[in-house]
Amino acid sequence: MSEAWTLPDRGRIGVICLIVTESALFAIFVVAYLAYLGASRSGPQPKDVLELPLWATACLLSSSLTIVFAERALHRKRSGAFMAWLVVTAALAIEFLRWTAFEWRRLIVVDHLTIATNLFGTTFYSLVGLHASHVIVGVVLFAIVIGVGLRGRSMLDQARRFQFLAWYWHFVDAVWVVVFSVVYVVGR
Amino acid sequence: MATVGYIEPERERAAPWTLTGTLHDWLVTVDHKRLGLMYIASALIFFVIAGAMAAAMRAQLAFPNGTLIPPAVFNRLFTMHGTSMVFLVGMPFLAGLANYLVPLMIGARDMAFPRLNAFGFWIFLFGGVLLYFSYIGGEGLAGHGTAPDVGWFAYSPLTEHAFSRGTSTDYWILSILLTGIGSISSAINVIATTLSMRCEGMTLERMPLFVWLMLVVSGMILIALPPLSAAQIMLLLDRYLGARFFVPEAGGSAVLWQHFFWIFGHPEVYILMLPGFACASEIIPVFSRKPMFGRAAMIGASVSIGFISMGVWAHHMFSVGMTSGANTFFVVSTMLVGIPTGIKIFNWLATMYGGRIRFATPMLFCIAFLFQFLVAGLTGIMLAAAPFDWQLTDSYFVVAHFHYVLLGGLLFTLFAAIYYWFPKATGRMLDETLGKWHFWLLVVGFHLTFDTLHFAGTLGMPRRIYTYPAGRGWEEINLIASIGVIVQGAAVLCFVWNVVRSLGHGEPAGDDPWDAWTLEWATSSPPPEYNFVTVPEVRSSRPLWDLKHPDDPDWKYE
Repeated sequence: MSEAWTLPDRGRIGVICLIVTESALFAIFVVAYLAYLGASRSGPQPKDVLELPLWATACLLSSSLTIVFAERALHRKRSGAFMAWLVVTAALAIEFLRWTAFEWRRLIVVDHLTIATNLFGTTFYSLVGLHASHVIVGVVLFAIVIGVGLRGRSMLDQARRFQFLAWYWHFVDAVWVVVFSVVYVVGR
Repeated sequence: MATVGYIEPERERAAPWTLTGTLHDWLVTVDHKRLGLMYIASALIFFVIAGAMAAAMRAQLAFPNGTLIPPAVFNRLFTMHGTSMVFLVGMPFLAGLANYLVPLMIGARDMAFPRLNAFGFWIFLFGGVLLYFSYIGGEGLAGHGTAPDVGWFAYSPLTEHAFSRGTSTDYWILSILLTGIGSISSAINVIATTLSMRCEGMTLERMPLFVWLMLVVSGMILIALPPLSAAQIMLLLDRYLGARFFVPEAGGSAVLWQHFFWIFGHPEVYILMLPGFACASEIIPVFSRKPMFGRAAMIGASVSIGFISMGVWAHHMFSVGMTSGANTFFVVSTMLVGIPTGIKIFNWLATMYGGRIRFATPMLFCIAFLFQFLVAGLTGIMLAAAPFDWQLTDSYFVVAHFHYVLLGGLLFTLFAAIYYWFPKATGRMLDETLGKWHFWLLVVGFHLTFDTLHFAGTLGMPRRIYTYPAGRGWEEINLIASIGVIVQGAAVLCFVWNVVRSLGHGEPAGDDPWDAWTLEWATSSPPPEYNFVTVPEVRSSRPLWDLKHPDDPDWKYE
């Protein structure tokens, strides 16, 4: 062999595969949403009840930035900065979830839109809910990293693994861009 | 050839054998070979169960006005038969083959994620057991103990709460959702293993065709299985939270379920079939004593089958009433699959042409596969023509067509694979005489059953009917088809007996009984837990040929 035998990192391949398969899952829910646009025969329509979630979107998208800062801190071996950026990321994600919770509460209590009301409710709650559940998984993973870090375990040797979590988080953000465009821009 | 020795640790040899100890070892194992064997063993058990269901249905249909099986039971039988054969036989069998062989063929010590691998197997097995538990726990119109009865593609709105009371349909949804998670984890594992774990010198160009095809299949699984999972999640939301996805009276579309199902369902056919191609592509060259003809074309054809298969799904839906533009698109895209598939068939033929063919059992199964798969492809092209499909859809012609694909094509190559790799996995040969009985009985039985069913279809016999009146010209055909099942059953008995006997008394195989060329034959049979002590040098696509023929190695020409 003339040159050193190197192959891609298996973890990277694994996470990329996970993202591909998750994308296929989301794609079907997006297709269902688009297929049923305007097909509801009764109940509220998107334009009557949906508000543009600018604040929540800003939170989620900026969390992609803060997780990059966290990664950078990890590479520079700065534990404190890493933990701080991670806490900020988790807080932004939780703020996004809080906004979603209030949105859903308003839709259910004020506008009487549930998953069973009409096709809009069905497709809206399942698509947005599928995305929100991915945000929740992300928050749980952040909490695990923060918890392990607070108990004194150094994260400085975990840059490789943390990268996978960051990729997952960027994916969740990218999905939100699609959901935002489909549900709140095109569909409204 | 330098045989790689296996030194068994002294401590293991000294430990006395106990049943609980062995069970414990198999339960907690993360070894790719053990998981592979457990996948294959479970697949074979489900195969026998689902095969018995088919035999029961053929017994009912052997004569007109049959009274052996009541209609409701018949509906459950064809649902469970189809669901089992696809999700509990085909999928785990291919996962088992990939698990067992991919690391050995690329000179790796294990899969990329051994624990994920174990998770995938156990979640699959749980799904399979859950499906069959419906015979005890499921509840339907007929009360307790009702298995799913909605057909393997579970068309809505039949599966909606209004028409499927009770829980039997939920068993179908949840168990298949679980096996899907298992398949996806196994696919991620295969991709990461082939891309990240290859031994030095094993470039992608030199990788065995089997591994290449498994890589393509795994990529297809990643994209094709989630649509089914998504549709099943939607159906669960419909059934339990009152969502309206597939409820026509609320504006929901029953056709959308068909689209989602077949976006999964058609690639699934190729996901099942490509592993068959993978086995044939390893076995045919070894038994023709020639390297594979057109390796690069073979890889290209497999990749293009993977791509094209994603865009053909609605040929299952010609009779739904799509626009003529959509019909035309799916007719053309479906016929396009014939091109790469044709390339493959010609490549296998060209590999055999001029070779010194050894007619051992694995090769016999592969040769029969070539003929039968060709016929399956031809009826496939017939059905791809929309007007022809309008006439024959949901008839026994379709049943005969896809059984030609999955039985005449896939099952034959899987049996070839078992006869070929059994010596590697167990250290013992399967008996050739019993193997030939198995082969010829299966050929005769298969053709008796499925050649004739084509005619039943063209004479207008619809699929899924539990009985039929006399005087329609279907009596002789159905009787012959049912007799064929008896012959096929005898063939499977020969096979089971062969496996049971050879496990204990088979002729010792040695490391390389077929004089083959890929890396799995470089280690002992069965391989040690760590697979290889030292991995042979890989400088061509046939590393063992290079080892055995230092005077005339392949790498000079590749």
